[in-house]
Amino acid sequence: MTPQKNNPLTQKIRPAPFVTIFIFLVLGIIGITLEEPSRVLEQAKQICLSCIGIG
Amino acid sequence: MDFIRKWVQALFFILTNGYWNFPLSKGIYKGPLKIVCSPGLNCYSCPAATTYCPLGSLQQLLAGIRMSLENGQFFVGFYVVGTMGVIGGFVGRMVCGWACPFGLFQELLYKIPSPKFGIWSPLRSIKYLLLLFMVILLPLFAIDEFGFGSTWFCKYVCPAGTLEAGLPMLVLQPGLRESIGLLFFNKLFVLVLFIIWAVLASRPFCRTACPLGAFYALFSKIKLVKLRLDPARCTHCQACHTVCPMGVRFNESPDDMECISCLACSKACMFDAISLEVGGLSIARQPRPSGCQLKNPT
Repeated sequence: MTPQKNNPLTQKIRPAPFVTIFIFLVLGIIGITLEEPSRVLEQAKQICLSCIGIG
Repeated sequence: MDFIRKWVQALFFILTNGYWNFPLSKGIYKGPLKIVCSPGLNCYSCPAATTYCPLGSLQQLLAGIRMSLENGQFFVGFYVVGTMGVIGGFVGRMVCGWACPFGLFQELLYKIPSPKFGIWSPLRSIKYLLLLFMVILLPLFAIDEFGFGSTWFCKYVCPAGTLEAGLPMLVLQPGLRESIGLLFFNKLFVLVLFIIWAVLASRPFCRTACPLGAFYALFSKIKLVKLRLDPARCTHCQACHTVCPMGVRFNESPDDMECISCLACSKACMFDAISLEVGGLSIARQPRPSGCQLKNPT
């Protein structure tokens, strides 16, 4: 009665999510090597008044 | 499952807003955790915020890209977009249903007794335009005489920023009240509009105006964790239509870009036709109630 596609033995792993995650992971690592997180941290530590509608 | 989801939402709310010393410090958290990306929409100028907002960071990086490049620094958003993409690749808009504080806020507003309305489906496309223009193109190309762009979405639209950062900062730092003007009242109007709308309709900001949700929606077909429809079990009873907070007709559109994987449809389906899958492998299946007949048993 159980449809075949739901049988764990016959289900296929989709490669697309893994490829996508890998690509963005590489992108993130490139950002880290360029020291972008330090810039992000610097921005996040400051209150951007115009960004929240003040000033 | 909804009970678990509420706890997960609460957990993410606390994790992304875990700085409770702000009433004493009168300022925002400035520690190292702010290098971590908030998966949901959570303003990093919120006094309690412990993580950075990917939308705010991306706009600021794009707005200052010319200055960075002139200084030989390639701060073009690789880290931020990479982080957003990894989250999107794993769970996509599941973030909206499980980890976004502003999504939780809207869900709570929708519980207020009132007449309830749907949302005209063409309005869904606004969030993609906001992502393209107000988060990417305008910060990048609409520059001042010094070569700086502006954080357009944060500045003119983001109601989460007004709620989580603008209003609390005005309370914490009364001196700032002298600085408010038309810009603030515009943002306050947007916030009030979405609050009223969220009482009358389910998740209006997520469905019409959230650029972060729009970005995650791009992963709807390829994300690792997603809902799967078993057409053989579906009887087209439309139970999944009525319970969906995003107005998705799941049995007609299983990879719908609006789906936030809240599992409400899975719970409502009496025929066990909707399950959760990870990378193609089904991991959760509710037992079928006795007496239920399959439409097309195989």
